[in-house]
Amino acid sequence: MEKSVPHIVVQNLTVAYDSIVILHDLTFTVNRGDIFIIMGASGGGKSTVLRSMIGLLRPAKGDILYDGMSFWSAEQEAQKEIMRKFGVLYQSGALWSSLTLAENVALPIQQYTDLSPKQIGEIVSLKLSLVGLSGFEDFYPSEISGGMKKRAGLARAMALDPEILFFDEPSAGLDPVSAHLLDELIIELRNSLGATVVVVTHELASIFAIGNNSVFLDADTKTMIAAGDPKKLLAESKNVKVINFLTRGEGDEKKAGGTKE
Amino acid sequence: MEPLSLNFSKEDSETLLVHFAGNWKRGNRPPDAREIEKKLEMWPKVKRIVFKSENLTGWDSMLLTFLIRVRALASSNNIILQEDDLPEGVQRLLTLASTVPERKGKKKETTLIPIIERLGDSAVVFWKSLLDMTDFIGETAVALMRLVTGKARFRQSDLLLIIQQCGAQALPIVSLISILVGLILAFIGAIQLKIFGAQIYVASLVGIGMVRALAAIMTGVIMAGRTGASFAAQLGTMQVNEEIDALKTLGISPMEFLVLPRMLALFLMMPLLSLYADLMGILGGLIVGVSMLDLNVMEYFTKTQESVHMSDFWVGLFSAAVFGVLVALAGCLRGMQSGRSASAVGEATTSAVVTSIVSIVVAMAVITVVCHVLNI
Repeated sequence: MEKSVPHIVVQNLTVAYDSIVILHDLTFTVNRGDIFIIMGASGGGKSTVLRSMIGLLRPAKGDILYDGMSFWSAEQEAQKEIMRKFGVLYQSGALWSSLTLAENVALPIQQYTDLSPKQIGEIVSLKLSLVGLSGFEDFYPSEISGGMKKRAGLARAMALDPEILFFDEPSAGLDPVSAHLLDELIIELRNSLGATVVVVTHELASIFAIGNNSVFLDADTKTMIAAGDPKKLLAESKNVKVINFLTRGEGDEKKAGGTKE
Repeated sequence: MEPLSLNFSKEDSETLLVHFAGNWKRGNRPPDAREIEKKLEMWPKVKRIVFKSENLTGWDSMLLTFLIRVRALASSNNIILQEDDLPEGVQRLLTLASTVPERKGKKKETTLIPIIERLGDSAVVFWKSLLDMTDFIGETAVALMRLVTGKARFRQSDLLLIIQQCGAQALPIVSLISILVGLILAFIGAIQLKIFGAQIYVASLVGIGMVRALAAIMTGVIMAGRTGASFAAQLGTMQVNEEIDALKTLGISPMEFLVLPRMLALFLMMPLLSLYADLMGILGGLIVGVSMLDLNVMEYFTKTQESVHMSDFWVGLFSAAVFGVLVALAGCLRGMQSGRSASAVGEATTSAVVTSIVSIVVAMAVITVVCHVLNI
């Protein structure tokens, strides 16, 4: 069995907006090549943790290490260097509305490489074809559907061949078939690119289909109450909240042993 | 609509029967739950309330809200409720409504805040907004330095597009307003100057007024309402759509990519628009001079030429450039500070216009005093 190599280490992380603590004392490790799920009920602070992981929200306490390097105590230039390893797919796709799909995907490549326009064009076509949007290069985000925006966002997230892909609610607003296709795409990308994938979601189908590691965030206690392979959590967890979540509230409370926190 | 009714009877000394009859739907006025309270006061031995609904012909949320009020009343008086006779749908919905208990501490309470505390809060908010503004100006200065050293990254096509939007496309509105301002200025001046037979000085009044201050101010106000608001709305919407987050995570500075081209565009276009507004204002004055004061065109232009000095032009152009920077800064600042909702974008837009206009007037006052002191 391949040895797990820590890629992202979240240490005693506390995230807050001004004086309002959203989550506290989160500690977990994402191994290289993991598809790591951050799960929990709506409004539990999953996306806030993600914002902190991708450098958009300075934590109130704690740190995040990427390949052993501290992100939040690093200098700005070092932070940028770490962030260049990221590809992020936002919940809404977050495509730049004044640019075409091709320009959206091309922008990060133009910013960070000295490639010729022709080479950039070829990479853009490749990335768009990987997500099934070949031929839509000259479309503006307003001219395509929600599912296509997500896929175009994914093409942009992959533009610089990132080591780590972050997904914020990738299946939100998608029909079941599109959501399933996106899940397959995530697995395929992990397998082919060897990237580490962090997914924020509460979609059970996605959690079990793609996740091999996870953390469960609880809105009441404002911290993590479980971590591990979602399938193992379903089979072995004794926590009522975790079981209820993973079984859509139909879990056998006796099985959980009644450790309500 | 069939009326509703609520009647009471007693089964025994400890049991109150509540009879619901008729149509308990919106449109009928519901009885007050305090009627039950009064009955409980009348019969203090009651330990159980039984609902009866054999004559109930219709119901909707109105019946449910009434029952929830009775439930609360019964709970506070330790009275048992018997709801078996209610329609099955009503019982199910009542169960559903009470399944998830209210999250403690989540309910927002409206309390009367003392005026001193409100004043203090406002002062803190004002201080924070000053700090944010200073921070933003500092970041803009850093972005400008990077531009000067050739390190700033933004798309030239964006700059050209914004120049077109806030330059050429603003000409019609600038023309209209400037002609009208020149016309109004000349009209007001003409009435007074005619008394002294000094109508010819209308040309001086309009010329100096427009070139030195009014063209720049009016163009600034137009750009605040037109372009500053548009900048705030664009950037605010980008906040809502996480587009600015996407730039940040790619290591692209929104200050360079979004703010810099907008500021450059307005800085470059405002003096040109102001120059154009000078001409349009003088044209407005000319219309009044020729049509009302019997001046001829050459006479008017000669007098304007005599009165307006190059220093007036420079003061006007300098003011316009300053206003351009202020409008762009206010628009971009409010847009970048915008919250992540539609109403927040609206507030950002309004705030951008107000901030722009206030800063234009303050800046004009400062420029006027400084010019006076320096004898320009």
